[in-house]
Amino acid sequence: MASNIVLSEVEYNVVGKRHLRPDGVDKVTGRAQYGADVQLTGLLQGKVLRSPHAHALIKSIDTSAAETFPGVHAVVTAADLPFASLSREELGGEYQRLKLASNHVLASDKALFKGHPIAAVAAESQHVAEEAARLIRVEYEVLPPAMTVRQAMESDAPLLHEDLFTSELGELSDKPSNVASHMAFETGDLDEGLKQADVVLEREFETASVHQGYIEPHNSTAFCNTDGQLNIWCSTQGPFVVRTSVADILRHPVSRVKVTPMEIGGGFGGKITAYLEPIAALLSRKSGRPVKVLMTRTEVFEASGPAPGTWMKVKLGVTSEGKITAADIFLAFEAGAFPGSPVMQGAACALACYDVPNARINGYDVVVNKPKTAAYRAPGSPQAAFAVESVIDEICEQMGMDPVEFRLRNASREGVRRVEGPIFRRIGLVECLEAARNHDHYKAPLEGPNRGRGVAAGFWFNRGFQSAVNISVNPDGTVNLIEGSVDIGGSRASIAQQAAETLGIAYEDVKPTVVDTDSIGYTMVTGGSRTTFATGWAAIEAAEDVKTQMVERAARIWDTPVEDVQYIDGVLSHKSDPELRMTFRELARQLLGTGGGITGASNVDPTGEGNGFGVHIVDVEVDPDTGKTTILRYTAVQDAGKAIHPSYVEGQMQGGVVQGIGWALNEEYFFNDQGQMMNSSFLDYRMPTALDLPMIDTVIVEVANPGHPYGVRGVGEVPIVPPLAAIGSAISHAVGRRIDRLPANPGAVLEALS
Amino acid sequence: MPGLVHVSTTINGNPTDFLCEPRQSLLEVLRDVLGMTGTKEGCNDGNCGACTVVFDGRIVTSCLVLGVEAQDKEITTIEGVATPEGLHPVQQAFLENAALQCGICTPGFIVATKALLDREPDADEGRIRHWLAGNLCRCTGYDKIVRAVLDAEDKMKA
Amino acid sequence: MEAIEFTTPKTIDEAVQAMASKGDRARALAGGTDLLVQLRGGRRSADLVVDLKEVPELNEISYSPGSGLTIGAATPCYRLYANADVAANYPGLVDSASLIGSIQIQGRASFGGNLCNSAPSADAIPPMIALGAVANIIGPSGSRQVPVEDFCTGPGRNVLEPGELLVSINIPAPAANSGANYLRFIPRNEMDIAVAGVGSAVVLDASGQNFVSARIALASVAPTPVFCKAAGDSLAGKAVSDEAIEEAARLAMEDAKPITDMRGTIRQRIHLVGVLTRRTLNNAIKRARGEE
Ligand SMILES: Cc1cc2nc3c(=O)[nH]c(=O)nc-3n(C[C@H](O)[C@H](O)[C@H](O)COP(=O)(O)OP(=O)(O)OC[C@H]3O[C@@H](n4cnc5c(N)ncnc54)[C@H](O)[C@@H]3O)c2cc1C
Ligand code: FES
Ligand code: FES
Repeated sequence: MASNIVLSEVEYNVVGKRHLRPDGVDKVTGRAQYGADVQLTGLLQGKVLRSPHAHALIKSIDTSAAETFPGVHAVVTAADLPFASLSREELGGEYQRLKLASNHVLASDKALFKGHPIAAVAAESQHVAEEAARLIRVEYEVLPPAMTVRQAMESDAPLLHEDLFTSELGELSDKPSNVASHMAFETGDLDEGLKQADVVLEREFETASVHQGYIEPHNSTAFCNTDGQLNIWCSTQGPFVVRTSVADILRHPVSRVKVTPMEIGGGFGGKITAYLEPIAALLSRKSGRPVKVLMTRTEVFEASGPAPGTWMKVKLGVTSEGKITAADIFLAFEAGAFPGSPVMQGAACALACYDVPNARINGYDVVVNKPKTAAYRAPGSPQAAFAVESVIDEICEQMGMDPVEFRLRNASREGVRRVEGPIFRRIGLVECLEAARNHDHYKAPLEGPNRGRGVAAGFWFNRGFQSAVNISVNPDGTVNLIEGSVDIGGSRASIAQQAAETLGIAYEDVKPTVVDTDSIGYTMVTGGSRTTFATGWAAIEAAEDVKTQMVERAARIWDTPVEDVQYIDGVLSHKSDPELRMTFRELARQLLGTGGGITGASNVDPTGEGNGFGVHIVDVEVDPDTGKTTILRYTAVQDAGKAIHPSYVEGQMQGGVVQGIGWALNEEYFFNDQGQMMNSSFLDYRMPTALDLPMIDTVIVEVANPGHPYGVRGVGEVPIVPPLAAIGSAISHAVGRRIDRLPANPGAVLEALS
Repeated sequence: MPGLVHVSTTINGNPTDFLCEPRQSLLEVLRDVLGMTGTKEGCNDGNCGACTVVFDGRIVTSCLVLGVEAQDKEITTIEGVATPEGLHPVQQAFLENAALQCGICTPGFIVATKALLDREPDADEGRIRHWLAGNLCRCTGYDKIVRAVLDAEDKMKA
Repeated sequence: MEAIEFTTPKTIDEAVQAMASKGDRARALAGGTDLLVQLRGGRRSADLVVDLKEVPELNEISYSPGSGLTIGAATPCYRLYANADVAANYPGLVDSASLIGSIQIQGRASFGGNLCNSAPSADAIPPMIALGAVANIIGPSGSRQVPVEDFCTGPGRNVLEPGELLVSINIPAPAANSGANYLRFIPRNEMDIAVAGVGSAVVLDASGQNFVSARIALASVAPTPVFCKAAGDSLAGKAVSDEAIEEAARLAMEDAKPITDMRGTIRQRIHLVGVLTRRTLNNAIKRARGEE
């Protein structure tokens, strides 16, 4: 069984090794405290009442019966939110950010998706809160919904927002529309590029809304004290983002909001928006008691943020030598009930794998009566890659070209300018393609009827942004590392490894702790594939700060100029006097008697993020009688720059691949014609189980990112980009019909076959 | 509170008494009444396995058992898997094989895996995948979980 | 979930009394894998939940070559496939018991609950119909027997009157040279609700070359499980052949009256009935011949 290969270039002492994660024992014994585990004296339970309609005017809300129900302590509606009733004129430039954010938390005059919060109750128990919520009388005037991007773009479509005007290439149009914005990227001369092409192929694609599917539902506990101090415990990828949102939406001073991120049961981009926190805070403010609000699984599906459904068109021009000369791309993404789909990212990623001289990409952000979309692993990129990579696959098929060879001929490399402007620094796509071509999966012929192989490449930017780390030295020579990055998949380990490597001490001697927003400097979300890169960078800088102070202290103890002291591999020594030598541990023991403890601190905003690429190979077999696809073999190749902890890099790759498999084969939001989601349970949403999959083989390529001391690129998002296209192409080869819609579930494949 | 029922049961070998409403699930009782929050909720309708416990010798989803049904039963939760001496080999294998990312599914997987290996110490990959199909993990793609179970088999024999 | 009362009768009489005390506000609880989900989701409501798991008759499995198999209504699936008599004589039931839900669900879910829940998609019902099972019912006004194919009357509805209980299910001893199989189609490999399901049972003659009789039943293609009498009868007396099987599959497809919903379309479901009828008949024939 081929399995996990690491193609390493540079070796380190701690970095690159498979250490045990510091939070591991707590997590395998059930001791780790997740958001729903929070217990506080006098804790009440909250329940949100949600709209049963996808699109409706709210005529009135009568909460009186709920308020007097025994065991109820508070009931809130949008009327309790400061911004809900303000108009665009009153809010000016803050309109979208505040009014829409506020309306998203609790609907004021209109319900815009089934599951839209209308009111909330805090009561003695979950069951009582539920019973009371059912007593709230809401009078709706039901409106026809606009459920798909194609429908919502029609001129006679039901309008979601009377005051939403299309931002047309930066200019605001004067007629209200569901199209929130139209953006475009252009490079070269499209017509000229098409003229140079020997083959021109244009295809249209659609993909359904899908959910991140984290196993832990959203949860939030808040306590607002009489002095205005608001404490929040929740499951979030971004405690500082929650702090800002809550402060904004409630008009509460940001310094009086403290957010404690609990252990988090998965996020994948979906746990950044503050859905429950403002509600829990309002309920607490009104009841004077701490309040915990949990979502059910159905609420998670119906009212958190799925990834957008899309409608896309791709036209590619290629020369007979297999060189892409032109690309014309149309992307229309569903934003959900409020503007803000990742269509811009999708557009920027669509062609990033290739050096395309002439291109035009038009992107449309369109509101529909579905929950507002949220980030989902490489937001926008998987859908765009599905469209572009599928067209490339079909062109390769038509031209009889090897799909890896074709991609190598066109691959982006250092110096290539992306369609949205930036020029690539050193990147590893070519190395990934070569590793794929050399892999025995790719070399092994695929035999047997109804089988097909698919190959696809994928891109994600990877992000930098702000992180902070403090490192303080303990008397026993260990260090405490304080960080603000929530650990979703082993990042405590990979941050600690970078600190240990920098300090030249053992991994076990670094004890990382994730803390609340009062206890560390601003740290952006765990997301964007940024944590190991940017918080790792912060750890390195904090460690460097510790080193500087340790050198100063040694110099003071030895009564010698600082310049004479060196710090190498965790040992301090005098550059010329071999007698003067101390290990990190020996000096640590002396700190308190020689001037006090040492804490290194950093606040960073690194910009040297290393773009990430992956290449996937998949073999499938399709049952021609039922249309069901079985994944026979899967190999993911990816440039990690440097895999700080290879196991967790592989884990990111495997997890992303499997989410992509679910997206390609079965997952979708299924709505009835009133816009109600019909499959809002794990049973009917159909995420892959262990029985649906083979082992997922990985190859980690390491082309060091020149913008990071250890060469780190992000890894979390790239792996979900290629699977949709790879699997779509594999099925196409197995059944002899192109797959242009996802999910390619058995019913759809059967239709394609008949 | 009206209508509370007194239940006597055994949890992780300890005789345990509690009061609950008949509508409360065993999962709610464990988490909210007894403060044993190691057992997790992912769906509350039997589909994710995060709430898996051993109930009279069989694994069940505790969200689909009423607390009152625990009368005179023997229950093992994640809190009863490790001993004071250390981790169970299944826990050790999950840790060493990086078989958890966010960890929310992990208690359920460990309880289910232990129940499998107690019965079938040589379960092969196919059997492991079948046995664990009622436990959803969204982070790992199951690869490292399956490897951890195979590794736990070796550890338990050693 | 709304407040409920809970009781654990120890005898059939106590159980019947408890059920009768609340009329249609009482609900029986076997494994709870349907009931608790429905009570929580507000799809059913009850004032009293009557736990059947302490009543001996509802929790026994007994088999004799004379009287066949009796499955207590509350017996969970795992006890069926763990039972040596069932494993040896009723592989068609084992097919179904071992694919309902997950291992966790099988630790609780019963065939009785599956039948009384009366979902069109219920996986235990088609094989029971194919094997000629009879439901033993008891209530305030005495006992009665109902063939399983007549038990369900609509989605979630059946012949049970308020206060009545299913005690057990009786399945005749297998005839010589008989075999049965249940298959369903689901997009995943486990943890899914049937898009379509087919249970087939055949009796062959001693040569194994001719059908003596056959029974076929369907899941998820009508408001209730469907007994395809014509399809089964079409095989009786015929030689085992692809044509005969094809004809039975065609007749079974005629009996399918599915709807289009999130799980599948009308076209897809009718097509699947054909595919699964062929596959289950072939598997049942293999079993009848002792080839498997
Ligand atoms: C995650 C999950 C997966 C599932 N997968 C499947 C599947 O693959 N296939 C499938 O068919 N089903 C499936 N189900 C549904 C369910 O598990 C089955 O229908 C199961 O057989 C029900 O049995 P139970 O003992 O749990 O019934 P219960 O929930 O206890 O009872 C079901 C109904 O029957 C009534 N009832 C029970 N026993 C009696 C009796 N003796 N007399 C009168 N009324 C009675 C109850 O009041 C209730 O209305 C699944 C459920 C879940 C939660
Ligand atoms: S919470 Fe019980 S199975 Fe998901
Ligand atoms: S580790 Fe996150 S769900 Fe399994």
